[in-house]
Amino acid sequence: MEKLLELLVAASLVNNFVFTRYLGLCIFMGTTKKMDTAAGMSITFTSVMVISSALSWVAYHFVMAPYHLEFLKILVFIVIVAGFVQAADTMMRKVAPGLYYKLGIYLALIITNCIILAVPLINADSGYSFIQSLVFGLGSGLGFALALIIMASIREKLELADVPKPFRGLPIAFILTGLIALAFVGFSGLITL
Amino acid sequence: MSTAGKTSYIGLLKNGIFGENPVFRIALSLCPAVAVTSSLKNGLLMGIGVFFVQTLANVSISLVRNFIHERIRLPAYILIIATWVTAINLLLEAFAYPVYKQIGLYLQLIVAFAIILSRAELFASKNKLLPSLFDGLGMGLGFLVALVAISFFRELLGSGTLFGFPVVSSKPVLLFVLPAGGFFAVGFLMGFFNWIDIRFFGGHGASGGGH
Repeated sequence: MEKLLELLVAASLVNNFVFTRYLGLCIFMGTTKKMDTAAGMSITFTSVMVISSALSWVAYHFVMAPYHLEFLKILVFIVIVAGFVQAADTMMRKVAPGLYYKLGIYLALIITNCIILAVPLINADSGYSFIQSLVFGLGSGLGFALALIIMASIREKLELADVPKPFRGLPIAFILTGLIALAFVGFSGLITL
Repeated sequence: MSTAGKTSYIGLLKNGIFGENPVFRIALSLCPAVAVTSSLKNGLLMGIGVFFVQTLANVSISLVRNFIHERIRLPAYILIIATWVTAINLLLEAFAYPVYKQIGLYLQLIVAFAIILSRAELFASKNKLLPSLFDGLGMGLGFLVALVAISFFRELLGSGTLFGFPVVSSKPVLLFVLPAGGFFAVGFLMGFFNWIDIRFFGGHGASGGGH
């Protein structure tokens, strides 16, 4: 149980996907202009993350490993994730139109997020058990959500600041991310797995 | 934009490197631009990997563009891209294992690079073989140039070396090899490109919205 908690903290803070592994930047930069978008993305993302790590774990351990198809993992994982997202999109539209109206747009965006593929790949490479994979997926999702929300709240304030012209938009956002990343260096060594 | 240089292949190449540079201008596929650029060697190899995947994917998608039903085109493109990525991965794992260990994860993630899929969708699916080939070459080169530029600065400032050979004798700024340094480097280089654009070419300097 303790190990799981450590894994959760490690995945969300110490090895935060955005600030220490530099993944998911496209979405990170794209959805943090407004707090609403960032919050919607966080919720959708975390749930997709957990479910897709479960699905890909099952596929990897019950289908690919017995038949020695590990080299196909990139292909299989992207199909699983994209298929799942597409299915969730269709189902949500029918079952919960209200929720779809709010979060549907983020679902479509998620497919282009590299974290979604990175988590199953890391799960497979480090040989996590089913529960560990779930926890790792959850931790990564929460970490990403944290990053989105921190960034969105800063960028909302930044709208009012007088930034030099060449740095407006993305460049200043990158420098900001660098500053936050510097703060996250403080978490390294918090937990040794 | 993508139909502009239909006749001139050189124009397509130039467009990829300068006009629509994937990293600095349209700001797509930023993750690897920060992630693997802490040393020049990694940046170069990653750039070459993307270069090949982009070119090969463009060529094969352009070849099969008339046989794929429009409804399923995106999944089909992703599968084609994933195939090439797997091939490049296996190649690199066999021939450059130490580097593969460092950048392997990011190399596998080329599948999810927006730039490759977006070129496939915007260009290769609508154009003949040769223009698609040159568009792929140009975009791949543009990406390569951007990665090399970023990693050049980061390795020079962060470790005082280039390709592992010591160049600067003074104490290096460790910050630039750290994750944070990557963000700073990309931010400043982007600002610099924008500044050049505004100062010398009268552009607006706004690089995309960030996707």
